[in-house]
Amino acid sequence: MTTQTRDNASLVTTTEPASRRKKGARRAAAGEAHPQPWIYAVLGAGLVVLVGPFLWMLQGSFRPNRELQQVPPSWLPQHPTLDNYRQLFQVLDFPTFFFNSAVVAASITIGNLVFCSMLGYALAKLRFPGKRAIFALVLGTLMVPGVVLFVPLFVLVSNLGMANSFPGLIFPFLAGPFGVFLMRQFILGLPDELIQAARVDGASEFRIFRSIIIPLCKPVLATLGILTFLTSWNQFLWPLVVAQSEDKYTLPVALAIYSIGEKRADYGLLMAGSVVVVIPVLLVFLALQRHFVRGIAMTGIK
Amino acid sequence: MATVTAGGKPETRRGATGVARRREALAGYMFALPFLVLFVVFTVGPVIAALGMSFTDLRSADINNPLAVQPVGLKNYSKLLSDESFKQAVLNTGYFVLVGVPLTIVLALAVAVGLNSGITRFKTFFRVGYYLPVVTSIVAVAVVWRFLLEPNSGLVNTLLGYVGIDGPSWLKDETWAMPSLIAMAAWRNMGTLVIIFLAGLQTVPAEMHEAAAIDGAGAWGRFRHITLPLLRPTMLFGAVITGIGYLQFFEEPFVMTQGGPLDKTLSVAYYAYNQFGFGNYSYAAAMAYTLFLVIAVVTFLQFKLLGEKD
Repeated sequence: MTTQTRDNASLVTTTEPASRRKKGARRAAAGEAHPQPWIYAVLGAGLVVLVGPFLWMLQGSFRPNRELQQVPPSWLPQHPTLDNYRQLFQVLDFPTFFFNSAVVAASITIGNLVFCSMLGYALAKLRFPGKRAIFALVLGTLMVPGVVLFVPLFVLVSNLGMANSFPGLIFPFLAGPFGVFLMRQFILGLPDELIQAARVDGASEFRIFRSIIIPLCKPVLATLGILTFLTSWNQFLWPLVVAQSEDKYTLPVALAIYSIGEKRADYGLLMAGSVVVVIPVLLVFLALQRHFVRGIAMTGIK
Repeated sequence: MATVTAGGKPETRRGATGVARRREALAGYMFALPFLVLFVVFTVGPVIAALGMSFTDLRSADINNPLAVQPVGLKNYSKLLSDESFKQAVLNTGYFVLVGVPLTIVLALAVAVGLNSGITRFKTFFRVGYYLPVVTSIVAVAVVWRFLLEPNSGLVNTLLGYVGIDGPSWLKDETWAMPSLIAMAAWRNMGTLVIIFLAGLQTVPAEMHEAAAIDGAGAWGRFRHITLPLLRPTMLFGAVITGIGYLQFFEEPFVMTQGGPLDKTLSVAYYAYNQFGFGNYSYAAAMAYTLFLVIAVVTFLQFKLLGEKD
């Protein structure tokens, strides 16, 4: 999976400069002036505003609380310390929250990859009565806000005995409409001849899916996987509703509850907690950012 | 004999395609089934159940005892109309959306046009940087922003102090609390629109700009009369997805203000969550469904209004 992802990334990189060069040539032909330095200045200033809060968060997490309440604040830590992290991981139960978040996000991601690619394939390439109705139903729920679902879902999950449990956190999100839409759009673009040829050779429908479709879908599966993982990792309302005891909290739930509870003024601790929630995601994003752009472009523009 | 073979051949062929057809259909259902079971139980069912619940008196005490639940007709909805906190929540949500969506679009458009203006160096770097906040947890971001907006020790007021402005106590001030949340939402969400607008800008033919430039049109004129009209569908899409998201805002007031000061940042989604917390399940469902209806209507209207001008 990792190597494949890297291959795709390098594929994209190699094609990009060519298109850039072409664009540059066109601009030059149009006699347009070179980009003004002030555009860089404005974009750079904007970037400082966008990224600055994360840097402030990071440096704040290494400062004792006393120093964070100082007026005016100093720009850099005067007495850097790891105490905030020590408290998170040794006194509070952040290892558990981290584990819960990872299990929930990973399960939801795997579920969506499997179930959405299966239905996406059926909707794109197989003929069966009711296909249009199913696609319409799935599309129709793309817009349903989470706030509509949480009350009936809670009643359902409680009656199934899944309140305050991993199944309760995971099951409602295993099969999301977004993934079906994404997979269907991608598989529609694959040539029918491949499937017909395999059928003539006597391959079963499952075999065709497993050995022909899935390998061709690797780039879109990577996109769906990353997007689903991040959405689940950051999800808040449902885990807040369904996780009732601390041992089932996910990271965002724990952070939110500490931040409005007794630790509300303990910014050193809260910044360290935010770092733990945010930094893994930022690293994943920075490593795989091309897949995001493709995902947004595919669902947004097509 | 001759008739049998003559009639038999096409028949078996038809039979064979029929079998293949049926096999394909069967495969289709097998591939669809796992998703559909989960989807019907955990999504379609609850969407319908929420509507049903909103016409009952379901409370947390009735959760394992459905027989105790009574239908109450439109009572929950009529109660909404006379609920002062709900009215405040509707006003706040409207404020958040009507100011937040245009602000986010304008900022994102400015960045996208800047990135598309022929800069080659650092383009990816900028694009990634502007998208960064989108992938982060709103809860974490809200915690960080609360820290930035602290009245005395916060970075924002410190910077304002350098230019001689005595910044307010942002999140505790009735006037400034909501604008603070809106600014944070625009900061966090503009990256998505930057990417979408950048893709939209690729579809604006360079030839049109070249022709207009030869005819003496300035950069602003070309932006207004070429780029903006061609970008209309993309902007519509951006407005719809941003609007849908903003109508449901919840984490920001939950972490930063708890709906205060004096309900000034209470959103509809947050109020529904609070009512759920009090055990008023059917009332919360009625509220959530009202929000859902508004989202559906707003989406429809935005497509209608902005889409027809093409």
